[in-house]
Amino acid sequence: MPKSGIRDFFAIVSQMKDAVSLGIGEPDFVTPFHIRDVAISALERGHTSYTDNRGLIALRKEISKYVAANYGAEYNPETEIITTVGVSEALDAVLRAILNPGDKVIYHEPCYVSYCPSIKLCHAEAIAVETKAEDKFAITIEALRKAWQPGVKALLINFPTNPTGGTASRELLEEIAKFAIEKDMLVISDEIYSELTFDGNHTSIVSIPGMRERTVFLHGFSKAYAMTGFRVGYACGPADIIDGILKIHQYGILCAPTISQEAAIEALRNGRKSMLEMREKYRERRDFIVRRFNELGLRCHSPRGSFYAFPDITSTGLSSMEFAKGLLSAERVAMVPGTAFGSCGEGFCRASFSTSYANIDEACLRIERFLKSLKH
Amino acid sequence: MNKVLKLILEGEQLSSEQMARVLELTPAEVEAQIAQLKDEKILLGWRPVLNPSFDEETRVRAVIELKVSPEVSGGFDRVAERISQFDQVESCYLMSGAYDLLVIVNADNLYKVANFVHNRLARIDGVLSTGTHFMLRAYKESGYAIAASEAPERLPVTQ
Repeated sequence: MPKSGIRDFFAIVSQMKDAVSLGIGEPDFVTPFHIRDVAISALERGHTSYTDNRGLIALRKEISKYVAANYGAEYNPETEIITTVGVSEALDAVLRAILNPGDKVIYHEPCYVSYCPSIKLCHAEAIAVETKAEDKFAITIEALRKAWQPGVKALLINFPTNPTGGTASRELLEEIAKFAIEKDMLVISDEIYSELTFDGNHTSIVSIPGMRERTVFLHGFSKAYAMTGFRVGYACGPADIIDGILKIHQYGILCAPTISQEAAIEALRNGRKSMLEMREKYRERRDFIVRRFNELGLRCHSPRGSFYAFPDITSTGLSSMEFAKGLLSAERVAMVPGTAFGSCGEGFCRASFSTSYANIDEACLRIERFLKSLKH
Repeated sequence: MNKVLKLILEGEQLSSEQMARVLELTPAEVEAQIAQLKDEKILLGWRPVLNPSFDEETRVRAVIELKVSPEVSGGFDRVAERISQFDQVESCYLMSGAYDLLVIVNADNLYKVANFVHNRLARIDGVLSTGTHFMLRAYKESGYAIAASEAPERLPVTQ
């Protein structure tokens, strides 16, 4: 199994002192202080022991309320919710809980770097469905039908999507839901970027009738509350699947960090204002970077969610990797080649706009210079 | 809120050219808007924010609480505006509570503050009493935390 393509890039960029990075896949905000303050208090009060394997019941109750209010599905905090070390652990555990060797999972590409390897680590077969710029990187039901084959146990979706910012409308999710029911597939929905939906409201597939019993809803705190280093996420789903996840989590991890769990409770109780402020800043930066890319002749759709722009670099005649490496060595701007997120990411690069205006502006001036140099 | 002002308040210290690109304006338009904000006394100006410990051996800061007798016409305004004229006065506010005016003063040394209070402030008609407190140490200055913590190490490229 290959290492993540991002790691190679990271090795080069980390050597450069004056590189402007659009490669950062995490919020550029520090966790709001009221959340950190709760973590500090937890330490002061000596809350340093293990918690229940499923996580603090107070946290699970807050998650239950939050998911019901924002995603339209009610989960029993005692039996249908488990707290994990980020969504990464939740995803790994749910795949291991449901898959037998030889099972098949459909997922959409370009996608987060861990999906395909996590499926393969279960000795299961990963079936990629390409998403395209003309569909704003939403999956299409036609492509999904074409990809399906006997033995598919689950469909893994991630809207808004890292790295494309693709989202799915309610109508599309209804079609996907109908297809999942028809083929008796489970749906694993990674909704880590859901709060960062800029235009209109996010819809979760779990809210569609008939889906709650066949969906595992994955979410966490990293992106919405700038809590990446706290490592806390969760899975909600039918009790039998959560029990399966629990076994893997119990033997492999035991529990999510106690202090992080307490911070997560604070995020859910009082973090909405900070979250909305951060989202507004991402939206403004999105508008700026997308406009600049298009002005420079790099066609770029406006992502409806996430903090990633995914410009088309084919007008340069270079491959994604050539473009990213060329830009890095000539102008010291880091963007991640689209192929790091699946072969159909060829022709694109990922640019995170989770950074300052000054960085975005400087990066775009350097990209402009780089593009001019290609024409000579 | 005015878009130029909003961008200035975000604190990135962008140049007119940078703001122009962000806001889809020309640099001249950005500068005209800044000039207008100044004319309207919405934007009073820019000053560098120094760490007070940088010149702690040659500067002292004090906050002075003043009780002032209000006047029939103008209340506290005449006294407050007069006090605000002194170069030593960094800020001057009308307060609710136990005293009326809060004055923040900068001076070369303790004696100059003492002289200022004794010879200037206390002698202004309408000033009833003064209470002077010297600042010992700054932990946060105009929004900037001063604690000597290192910036967290952040990865330049992540998944």
